[in-house]
Amino acid sequence: MNVVFWILAVITILGGLTAVTLKNTVHCALALTVAFAGLALLFLELDAQFAGFAQILVYIGAVAILVVFAILLTRGSEMPSEGVFSRTWFAGLLIAAGVFSVLAWAVLHSTAALPHESNVPAVDVRQIGHALMGRYVLPLEIVALLLTSAMLGAVIVAMHEKGEQK
Amino acid sequence: MTPLDGYLLVAALVFAIGLAGALTRRNAILVLIGIELMLNAANLNLVAFWRYGPHPELLTGMMFAVFSIAVAAAEAAVGLGLVIAIYRHARTTDLDEINRMKG
Amino acid sequence: MANQADQIFVLLKHWIVSIFPAVVQPYLGVVLSVVAIIAVFPGLFALTTVIERKGLGRMQNRIGPNRTGPYGILQPIADGIKSLTKEDIIPTSADAVVHFIAPLVLVVAVFMGFAVLPMGRNMQLVDMDAGLLFFFAIGASTELSIFMAGWSSRNKYSLLGAMRAVAQMISYEVPLLMSSVAIVMITGSLSLVKIVDAQNQYTWGLPHWYIFTPWGFAAFVMFCIAATAETNRSPFDLPEGESELVAGYFTEYSGFKFALFFLGEYLGMFSISGLGTTLFLGGWSAPLQVLNFVPSWIWFFAKVMLSIVVLIWIRGTLPRLRQDQLMNFAWKFVLPMTLLNLFVAAIWRFMGEGLLRWIVCSAILIGVYVIVGTIGMRRKKFGPRTYRYAE
Repeated sequence: MNVVFWILAVITILGGLTAVTLKNTVHCALALTVAFAGLALLFLELDAQFAGFAQILVYIGAVAILVVFAILLTRGSEMPSEGVFSRTWFAGLLIAAGVFSVLAWAVLHSTAALPHESNVPAVDVRQIGHALMGRYVLPLEIVALLLTSAMLGAVIVAMHEKGEQK
Repeated sequence: MTPLDGYLLVAALVFAIGLAGALTRRNAILVLIGIELMLNAANLNLVAFWRYGPHPELLTGMMFAVFSIAVAAAEAAVGLGLVIAIYRHARTTDLDEINRMKG
Repeated sequence: MANQADQIFVLLKHWIVSIFPAVVQPYLGVVLSVVAIIAVFPGLFALTTVIERKGLGRMQNRIGPNRTGPYGILQPIADGIKSLTKEDIIPTSADAVVHFIAPLVLVVAVFMGFAVLPMGRNMQLVDMDAGLLFFFAIGASTELSIFMAGWSSRNKYSLLGAMRAVAQMISYEVPLLMSSVAIVMITGSLSLVKIVDAQNQYTWGLPHWYIFTPWGFAAFVMFCIAATAETNRSPFDLPEGESELVAGYFTEYSGFKFALFFLGEYLGMFSISGLGTTLFLGGWSAPLQVLNFVPSWIWFFAKVMLSIVVLIWIRGTLPRLRQDQLMNFAWKFVLPMTLLNLFVAAIWRFMGEGLLRWIVCSAILIGVYVIVGTIGMRRKKFGPRTYRYAE
């Protein structure tokens, strides 16, 4: 495993850690953006260029901005009065540690069943286009419907009701 | 440790960090941040298995990851809309305070 | 001979790279191209500041800067020295780390966009298969740096300017993408090099540029509108309007960081003009077949500078749009027109060669535009003015 993978892995994990531990919510959102960027670069390292660029375009270009706007609209950048971690934080930490240990054990102890390394797949966008319009046309149409309904739903949920005071 | 093991461990670690964030923070938006990290870790898993698995020319793993990105974006939008609506009603995003079903 | 002049930079790079041992050759090639980009575009930026100030001055019936050198040519040097030697003021309550990082993120993201533009025959930094997608992905990252700049200053005017800027950029991101998708559909590839190659053919001496087709012209107009809004230029410069919000999201920046923001904004203008040139105006191909002896990189930079001059011209001419007016315009007019344009481009492709497809496509586009325009203007009753006073 090469140096690039280790650097990107460290960036992603540090980004994720700072995103869940910092006190200032906007700093958490910016650290999340760093984690997204690290993951996009990991996708590029795995020769999945389309997925990597789609990750940058969707996550950093849209979801990160959504999160930041939501923080601003709900006054999240002010310091909370009782600390940032909930009363039951220890249980949460234990559960997360348990999940990680189970997953790591599963990954490291099933080496015999993991497939061997194959040669680099040559993926160009034309193949992706053919796949989207051929084999995956039904998921594509369903995702279109899903995105439309999610957009309408988000607008309706967050809209001011008639006559409600701000 | 094969390269695939490395990617899977990184994905498992990011998943655990996201889970810890979702379970221990008070602010509702940080719970959503944790959920986004978990979804991203799952995407990394998918793409790693696509790359190092049999038949990468079928593009299954990468397509799955791209659709997952689209669905996660939609879910983030709706989730943040919900958080804004709850804030408008309860004047706080602290999840320890919003613990009653009665409005 | 003409071929040598055309490929002079490529030959120069190969010659320099061949001097060094083989183990560093790939890295050296990339480093040379990157250094060339970093040297050329800020140089063009300096030239553009002079052109803008002189041009705007003449349009406003005054002379621009004329004291530093003949016709004010050395003004950028004076501006550079001023920016570098000014005191770097950071407000006490500002968020120092984010305040420092914001201009860096902007400049880095904008420079990365230049990597996929083909500036001449064989003169692109990387020939990526998904080059256009890379360009748009990097462009979407600049919005976050603007938000970081506005929020970290802890200044309500900066924050307001930043939120307006981000809302405007997100609204116009979609028409920008959709107007380029028509080009991708007809060319069949996301690679910018292939898009330019598809336009490099000539019929009766006239080129096959996409702007000379009905759907291409409509897409070009919408691309221009969206590009002007993306780079926060007039008439969409409410986020940084000097008479509205002091300086918007970079109010609290001074000295070198302000210069970096300024550089980032102008370089963003260059890169999106470069993209518009590549997609619609044929990139590095000559307008007439007889003019092919002129090197390709001269054509590319000439077209880019022409786009910049048109942007400056528009800045000096049109009044500013209000925030709700520009968002309405984006979502309710430009976006449906881009979708219609996609439809028309598909009709163009499937109708086959001939005069009929020109007539049908032009008729659909012009007809819908006129109908939507008359319906949209019908509700505006210009009656007597009503006044609202503050309570």
